[in-house]
Amino acid sequence: MNDQIIFENVSKFYGEVLGVNRISLSIPPGITTLVGPNGSGKTTLMNLMTGLVQPSSGRISVMGLSPVNAPELFCILGYCAQFDSFPRGITGWQFIFDSLMLHGMSEAEAVELTIESLERVQLGDAAGRKIAGYSKGMRQKVRLAQAIAHHPRVLVLDEPLNGLDPMARAESIALFQELGRQGMHLLISSHILDEVDRISDRVVLIAGGYLVAEGSIQQVRHEVREKPMQVLIRCDRPALLAAKMFSVNHCVEARLHADGKGVFLRTGDIDQFYSMLNGIAAEGLVKMESVAPADDDASAIYQYLIGSSGGTS
Amino acid sequence: MMEVVGKFLRSLTQQPWGLWWIQARRLIRIEVRRNLFTWKAGWVYFLAFIPTLIILIHLSVDRHPAFAISEDTSVLAGIVQLYYIRLGVFFGCLGIFSRLIRGEMIERSLHFYLLSPVRREVLLLSKFVAGCISAVLLFGSAIAADFALMYAGFGAAGTDYVFNGPGLGQLESYLAIIVLACLGYGAIFLLLSMMFRNPTPAAMLVLGWEAINPVLPSLLQKLSVASYLRHLMPVSVSAHGIFALLTVETEPVSAWAAALGLLLLIIAVLFYACYRVRTLEIRYTTD
Repeated sequence: MNDQIIFENVSKFYGEVLGVNRISLSIPPGITTLVGPNGSGKTTLMNLMTGLVQPSSGRISVMGLSPVNAPELFCILGYCAQFDSFPRGITGWQFIFDSLMLHGMSEAEAVELTIESLERVQLGDAAGRKIAGYSKGMRQKVRLAQAIAHHPRVLVLDEPLNGLDPMARAESIALFQELGRQGMHLLISSHILDEVDRISDRVVLIAGGYLVAEGSIQQVRHEVREKPMQVLIRCDRPALLAAKMFSVNHCVEARLHADGKGVFLRTGDIDQFYSMLNGIAAEGLVKMESVAPADDDASAIYQYLIGSSGGTS
Repeated sequence: MMEVVGKFLRSLTQQPWGLWWIQARRLIRIEVRRNLFTWKAGWVYFLAFIPTLIILIHLSVDRHPAFAISEDTSVLAGIVQLYYIRLGVFFGCLGIFSRLIRGEMIERSLHFYLLSPVRREVLLLSKFVAGCISAVLLFGSAIAADFALMYAGFGAAGTDYVFNGPGLGQLESYLAIIVLACLGYGAIFLLLSMMFRNPTPAAMLVLGWEAINPVLPSLLQKLSVASYLRHLMPVSVSAHGIFALLTVETEPVSAWAAALGLLLLIIAVLFYACYRVRTLEIRYTTD
């Protein structure tokens, strides 16, 4: 079976309104983050791959399965949608147990998996209460529990950190990392870029229904050649270093670090920049502790490519 | 031709019927629970049991001489034909069956079903069966209660009418009519709720169509639930004034032909509903 999620020239129009246009993507296993402003088409993309909406044109395949093949697709896929609503009058336990029973499993098996998933999101104590009485964070957790209860191989999470307190966010992120390590496909859309950024293997940027960039964060950043890259150099004489780099014309901007023990340098030619930096280091005038890119995170890429700062926690 | 039929039969036997049966049973259990045991179902209970309450008052207040049995039999037939079929079951089914798909779209919870490993046709038909069970349980028990209370006041004469006379046969016919009415209106309202954001105006058109149906040409009469049910009534209802329109019988049809005709109509409606559910999209913001 194919282990990729594939979008082939997929377009979706809601009447005359564009959802997504000519998206071609191939997503391998691991954690992939969908990044884009509101209305950019992130949820449409997720709904397309789960069959909640049908493409106007193009083809979608999830591990070799078509989204219209619900009986097979949803045995391997769990979707935690962003809709914050539940069937009326239902408890957390019933919600997960009923959904597992629809997989055709025995009651004993469904009970076991229900307990397991509720414990995974630390909601065991509230399982018997009606969902209507849950806090927003608890509702988010119970949706996540339902999506992972049947041990899917693909997990689609639409804004999974919304409404969670910092502790619950950290727990959820740890859970996503664990699932990613297990070889699962995780497709996450989130506005909290500085958190999902840390765990993503790949990033997909979309804006206005169009695919802007995709790949690992470093790859995507490298492709944005017209934007100068920023590098943080920890050293004992940051001002001297900045002056030297300016003198050889490989710097377009310099900013001292707040603690005075480093400098942010911006360059348009990173290869030449590193070569010059090696030369300065060899001269021995400046002692360098570390050199690290300062803007190859999702938030910076988002800012470069889409033009706004994106959300943060 | 034989090869095509053979291929079709082979593909039928290869389908996961066992899994569908398990899924359908679970879905039906969930839906029946939601249809019958929530506060929102209160008004359907009211629609079903309001005649029962009136008959109970009639039982406790009025005298019941033996010669009045035939009159009360006509009254009961009138209640079934003019109240239950035209109003009670009609609006009860509108409430129950509209909620199954449209109600869940309004509550934004339908996607949970569509994200489960269940064929959409199995989902739709299970919801339909659950709606039918709920409606038949409510209106069937209401009719049975009406029947029992109607003849309870006549003492030995009433018992004799029910068990040795035509009573039980009439009850069977009423129950069969209620079952068919729930199936028929249920299928129509399920489909309407998938086609329209607010199915009530369309349901009012159906109500109007049902009202004028007896005076329409015989071909158009076949596109009506009430017209089939009228032919199954064990007791003819004589009505005057505007009510006469509701009881006109233009073309006598045998009971079997009427039941079969209605079942064919239901199958056709469900077939189209299954076709529509395959392409149903979740767009809560625009729905």
